[in-house]
Amino acid sequence: MSLITTLARLEAVEAGRAQPLATVRHRHLTDRPLVIVPLTTAGEAGAPLGALVGTDREAPRLLAVAQPRDRDLRFAFLAELAEAVLPHIEAYADVVEPAERNETDPATGKKTKVEVELCTDAPQLIVPSRAGIEFVRLLGRSMRFRRTAEDDPETPYPAPVRVPLLGRWLTHYGERARVPGSSLLLAATDLLNRHWATGQSSLEDQHLGALLAWIDPPGDASGAEAALAAELARDKDGQLLCPPAGPATDPAFDNRLLAPAIERYDRARQALAAAEDGLTADERLGELSKAEREIRSLLARVMLPTWDRVWQGLDLLRELPEGSRAEDRWTRDRWSFTAHRDRVSSGEPPQPRRDDAVTAAQKLASRETAQAQLEAQEALDDPLVLAGRRLAGEAFLADVTEVEMAYTESKRPSPRPLVTLRTDERPHLGERTKVYRSLDGKPQTAEFVRYASGDPGDEGSGEDGPGDSGSGGSGSGGSDVVLVLRIMDRMGRGKEPAPGSLPEPGERITWTLFEHDQRGGPKLPDPEETPWTHGGPPGANAATRAEHPDPVTPEDLL
Amino acid sequence: MRTVFDPGAEAARATGAILDDTLRGSARGIVVDSPPGAGKSTLVVRAALELAAAGHPLMVIAQTNAQVDDLVVRLAEKEPELPVGRLHSSDSDPYDKVLDGLDNVRKSAKAADLAGLDVVISTAAKWAHVKNVEPWGHAIVDEAYQMRSDALLAVAGLFERALFVGDPGQLDPFSIVGADQWAGLSYDPSASAVSTLLAHNPELPQHRLPVSWRLPASAAPLVSDAFYPYTPFRSGTGHGDRKLSFGVASDGSGPDRVLDEAAEAGWGLLELPARHTPRTDPEAVRAVALVVRRLLDRGGVATSERAEQPVPVTADRVAVGTAHRDQAAAVRAALAELGVTGVAVDTANRLQGREFDVTVVLHPLSGRPDATAFHLETGRLCVLASRHRHACIVVCREGVADLLDEHPSTEPVQLGVTVKFPDGWEANHAVLARLAEHRVRWKP
Repeated sequence: MSLITTLARLEAVEAGRAQPLATVRHRHLTDRPLVIVPLTTAGEAGAPLGALVGTDREAPRLLAVAQPRDRDLRFAFLAELAEAVLPHIEAYADVVEPAERNETDPATGKKTKVEVELCTDAPQLIVPSRAGIEFVRLLGRSMRFRRTAEDDPETPYPAPVRVPLLGRWLTHYGERARVPGSSLLLAATDLLNRHWATGQSSLEDQHLGALLAWIDPPGDASGAEAALAAELARDKDGQLLCPPAGPATDPAFDNRLLAPAIERYDRARQALAAAEDGLTADERLGELSKAEREIRSLLARVMLPTWDRVWQGLDLLRELPEGSRAEDRWTRDRWSFTAHRDRVSSGEPPQPRRDDAVTAAQKLASRETAQAQLEAQEALDDPLVLAGRRLAGEAFLADVTEVEMAYTESKRPSPRPLVTLRTDERPHLGERTKVYRSLDGKPQTAEFVRYASGDPGDEGSGEDGPGDSGSGGSGSGGSDVVLVLRIMDRMGRGKEPAPGSLPEPGERITWTLFEHDQRGGPKLPDPEETPWTHGGPPGANAATRAEHPDPVTPEDLL
Repeated sequence: MRTVFDPGAEAARATGAILDDTLRGSARGIVVDSPPGAGKSTLVVRAALELAAAGHPLMVIAQTNAQVDDLVVRLAEKEPELPVGRLHSSDSDPYDKVLDGLDNVRKSAKAADLAGLDVVISTAAKWAHVKNVEPWGHAIVDEAYQMRSDALLAVAGLFERALFVGDPGQLDPFSIVGADQWAGLSYDPSASAVSTLLAHNPELPQHRLPVSWRLPASAAPLVSDAFYPYTPFRSGTGHGDRKLSFGVASDGSGPDRVLDEAAEAGWGLLELPARHTPRTDPEAVRAVALVVRRLLDRGGVATSERAEQPVPVTADRVAVGTAHRDQAAAVRAALAELGVTGVAVDTANRLQGREFDVTVVLHPLSGRPDATAFHLETGRLCVLASRHRHACIVVCREGVADLLDEHPSTEPVQLGVTVKFPDGWEANHAVLARLAEHRVRWKP
């Protein structure tokens, strides 16, 4: 945890209210996100219990499984979920704009620009918590290898038609959610935690109700009181007033309400099966649907508070203006969506169970790039985030006092002007440390030359200590240091720097010790050319195996 | 009768076997485990020279530019006539200027310019961008345990066979994003290059260097027991071979007393009163700086097998090691305040592979309320406790042993992942127990 986050948390404890960690919203929110509040069955991984789905906060669609261990009912649920989710996804698939992409010509090895389609927007999925993202991933994994009757007429338990497709999409969303800064699939708790610091532990911050209690407490209660109530308050039947955001349910709910209701449902079903004439059957069918309605209303009761809280969280987030570079990251999400759309429409098989060596390395490299880029972009978008970096010595604000021309000692001297700066901050500068500033939206590089007067440690006793730098990163308290930088680039091709490319005396400039852009990593070999150190090419065997459905095991049939 | 352990002969035997496998063996890869200061670089240089002499041009893959430049200089020292290529990036000042003074070293940012040279050296990151070249018959991968599996994937197509050399006890490579989804896969891209290599090629010959020439006799047994329990090593020197002494007598202060203890025993623990502190604990940081200041003021001299005469311990022979960069920055500032310059102050990651006479370490768990995986990592402590030729002084708040006992590991167990042993908990306790014998309590 960075020093500024610790400080914000302390302030939150003192104030009894969450404190902002950002002044802009660092994630893109679409106009019509699809909210999914899933529930899972206790004790049985991957057995969905119910869900609220929809883009209209006033009209969630309730899906429920009356007997979660019944595979037919589970498939019916998944089919219904596909019906609720896929049309939303597909609505975005056909609205495209022309775009260009760099591709390497396999014949010549040259890079060429190719005209492709890019979806103008992408469907966004919001779940309440990080565990919800994990559940989306699990659902995707459980569905994408299923076979429909159309795929394989022999399959003993064919899946409903659209279920494997939903599995592939949820898998894609779950995988994309691992990319730092991506916004295709977001958890409400993650979104809120990025923008506010509460006075509770980060573990407690995973509780959506407690988190919102700190950010937006009801009435005059302090955040801590409201959070405690959200976590513990129960009604006279012992039920939580603020049910967990799922997918796990509260054991008191499972034991006292859900289990008896499911048992009534099971009995009604047995009774219906045992009915000997039409009249009894009719009557018992009525009993069965009553039992089913009861379960549905129970589930609705524990999911609706979460549903409302997700929307409340989105409202709070929408009050923040979107950071200017969030759009750029969303464009990458649109590329990701478009690419998966293309894979689906070209009939490619579902994502393999495990990444091969090359794919895994590629994913890791691109996520590391995305992480570094996200950190830089958030700091450049948001003075409060930048303040945290300044407090950590990774950026500084300085006044230009002098610019002195200097040149490289080559045959064609290029300008390498020396800029003298005065600052009261304490960046971690070492010999030839590179620093960057934004010049017309592009980074300009400079390198640290020396401290011009005095020493960085002279008066700044206890520097880097928590008491030294002022709150909010204003960096007050320490004495000024004067330092000299050498500008390295973006001055044009001439002997003299291009106009406007140099800092002017009197100008106040933010310098960062981190790069603003990230270079992409090296190109990895094709999977077919996986080297011997990594087990050689995966081979045809693995490729075909990946497409096979999961084998049916005894655990599948209870 | 037990034969007397002859470090020189043992080391020569191990090196001989490694070179024999490298030059005449049939395996595609050879792995050499080397404890701290066991002559890893010497081995790399020697293997490179012998391969080149046998008519096998080779590529050398190191992890940082400093390591690459260092290897080039060592090669040129040993064999000034050998044509060596230094492949470098296209950034400004991509290599050490010292290389410009070496006649047979050609430098270029393009691999094609260096074709045909006996030895071409670069970083893994730069090699990864080299495409469409004829693969080398041989390669040497230096610091292979610090190389990530995905970095090896990017360069493995460039060579037929390779010698992998590294120290398994040091810091594992890390990634700045979670990589749990690949944990347990043989080719987990965030794992070390050696673990992937051996997972796919378990039959490869593995060697190890048995003697640490850096660590004094006082340190080798502890480092070996705590961090290499199954592959023990010895120090190359005996107890009487190295000596640290001071020209100025102790003034009785905590820093002076711990210096005397460390000079005598090779280890010293300066223990501050228990307290939870921010990472940049001002008292501990100042204590570290004071110890360094007094070490230099008191005119430390080191006697060792390297020189006939005692050699003064100057600032460039001293290092301060920390866990975090902000701690290093705070120590640098505190040293500047005391007028000390020229002492290397850095994190464990950056001190890896370096050697000093005396090191002063700010204990990674000092003043912490919790023991996270980062602070417990065995390699971090191992790096910090194995950089010195004479003495290591640890500055720490009281109560770390209790902290260790109160915070058992909570990391999830991943299926298919080899459990690293000893774990950080065990290693930390072993080191603390030894340090406790050389404790100086001090209230600043």
